Order: sequence, then structure tokens, then C-alpha cells
Amino acid sequence: MVRALSLLLICQLLGTVIAQATGVPIPGPVFGLILLLFILVFRRGPDPALHSTAQGLLRHLGLLFVPAGVAVVNELGVLRANAVAIAVALPVSTLIALAVTGLGMQILLKGER
Amino acid sequence: MPGLYHAWIYLESGPLLGLSATLLAWQAATWLDERTGHAAWSNPIMIAIALLALALLATHTSYRSYFNGGQYVQFLLGPATVALAVPMYANLATMRRNFLPILLSMTAGSIAAAISAMLIAEAFGASRAVVVSIAPKSVTTPIAMGISQDLGGLPALTAIFVLVTGIIGSVIALPLFRWLRIRDRRAQGLAGGTGAHGIATARLLLESETAGAFGGLAIGLNGLITAVTVPFLVRWLL
Repeated sequence: MVRALSLLLICQLLGTVIAQATGVPIPGPVFGLILLLFILVFRRGPDPALHSTAQGLLRHLGLLFVPAGVAVVNELGVLRANAVAIAVALPVSTLIALAVTGLGMQILLKGER
Repeated sequence: MPGLYHAWIYLESGPLLGLSATLLAWQAATWLDERTGHAAWSNPIMIAIALLALALLATHTSYRSYFNGGQYVQFLLGPATVALAVPMYANLATMRRNFLPILLSMTAGSIAAAISAMLIAEAFGASRAVVVSIAPKSVTTPIAMGISQDLGGLPALTAIFVLVTGIIGSVIALPLFRWLRIRDRRAQGLAGGTGAHGIATARLLLESETAGAFGGLAIGLNGLITAVTVPFLVRWLL
């Protein structure tokens, strides 16, 4: 487990170094994700320790968002001031995303036949 | 009782109180979610946030002193984001089989989600910070918050937008698919995962395992696509 956690942290560390060094505005952990994906392809899959550590972290993924969400107490004014914009933008853009992806994929899959 | 007051002052400055409160709120929220049979409105993340926010407001505790403890939970988001590579690897075979349709439809859906959200918010006069915070709202929370933070958004707002998007997606996905005649399970899963990440995917998984697998694939892949495209969209549109 310690080895698996070290691997995750080292990937994140290298990812952050890449993000900072290149100045590309992509979060360091995302580079870390790509790095780990390459390692997994190279090693043909995660070992059992990495598998169970990753599963353990991801099973409680929801918990990890909570502290950042609580910061909403500092943003109540912003939410109130932009309530209409938010109330329109979220449902409409979600609808558009679902429709574009779903229709696109269905049409492209048919085209492949 | 001056003793209790001193204990409170002491606890406010350390991590113990914020950390225990976070874990307790999370357990209460997941308990409630199980009791309601995982109803769409009873999202445990939302409930835990609401419980803690109300507690902070009621006790006049600042977010800063709460975050003394909260930061230890939040730190794990980084390694957890990296760990998303493990389920993505498991989906690689599925992805390779339909690589081009997946990549094209997801890139289109991902960019459509970000551009439409940003343009609508801007049209209704939202501030720049809100427009940036709303751009990555279709992506899974750790990646969305990272993007928001890097681009000068408010990660807390993004976290809320992501949750609300997921709940909206899980409610409208099936009726929308019926209306647009999107019957292919692979297309349904991919759309759910791209438009409304894990929350919609969990809903689609109840209908079909194929949809769930494609949803899982879309969550990770859309995180990558959005992380790469949104910084350029923000620079272009704002």
C-alpha cells in the first residue's frame, strides 16, 4: 500500500513539475494521470496493491470534494448575484452536451457498419 | 464556562475539529443517502457540504479555521485524480474498439458543454470568475476544480456547479435520449459520462452495464479533453 501510494504521489509530483515547467495550464494531477496510464500500458496493468489502493481512494472520492465545497460559505454573495445566469447556464449546457455526444456517437457508430 | 470556551478556541486553531466534522458529516450524508434508496436529490456530497456550511454559519466559524482540518481531506484529491488512471486502463480495450467515434463525439460534446455554459453565463452578465468556474462543470470534480483553480476561477463554485450538473444530467438523460431516439447503449453511456460525469453514469448503470462502462470511460476521457481544451477556450472567449 505504501509502495502504491508512493507511485501515485510521485506521478502527481512529476505531473506538477511538468505543468509548472512548461507553463501549460493543465492541472498537475492530470499530467500525473496520463503518466500513470503510460506506466500501466507499459507494465500491462496495475499490480494488486496499486489496484486496491486506487479502488480505496476512488470509493470515497465523494468525501474528498467536501472541504472545497464548504468554501461555498465564502461565495454566497457571488452565487446570489449570479443566480439567474447559473440557473440558465447549467441545465441548458448539460442538455446540449448530452445531445451532441449521444447523437454524434450514435451516428458515427452507424457509419462504421 | 470559561473552560469550554478555551477548549473551543484551542480546537479552532488546530486540524482536529475540522477533520472530525468532515468525516462525521460525510457519514451522516451517506447514511441518509442509503436510507432514501440513493434518490437523485440526495447526493451525499451535497448533503455533507450543506451540513458543514450550516454548522459554520451557525457557530460563526470562519472557513479558514475549518480548513485547518479540511485541507488533509482535500489533499488526497491529487493522488485520487492520478488513481483515475486505473479504471481508465481497464476501459482501454473498449476504447480501442471504437476509438474514432468515441474521440470525435466526446470532443464535440465536451467543447459544446464548455462553450454553451460560458456563453450563456456571460450573456446573463455573470462575472469573469463565475464564467471561468462554470466552464469545466461537466467534468468529474477533482479535475474540474483543478482546471478552475488554474484559470482563476473559484474552485468551491466549480464544485457546486459540477454537483448540480450531475444531478440535472441524471434526471434529464433518459427522457432526452427517448425524445432524440438515442437508443444505442454505448452512445447513451458516453453522453451521460461526458455531459454529467459520475452522477449521470451511476443512473445509467441501473439501466445497462454497457452504458455504465461507456460512462466510466467518458468520465476519465472527458476530464483529459476538457483539461486540454478549456484553457484555450477561456483565452479565446474571455
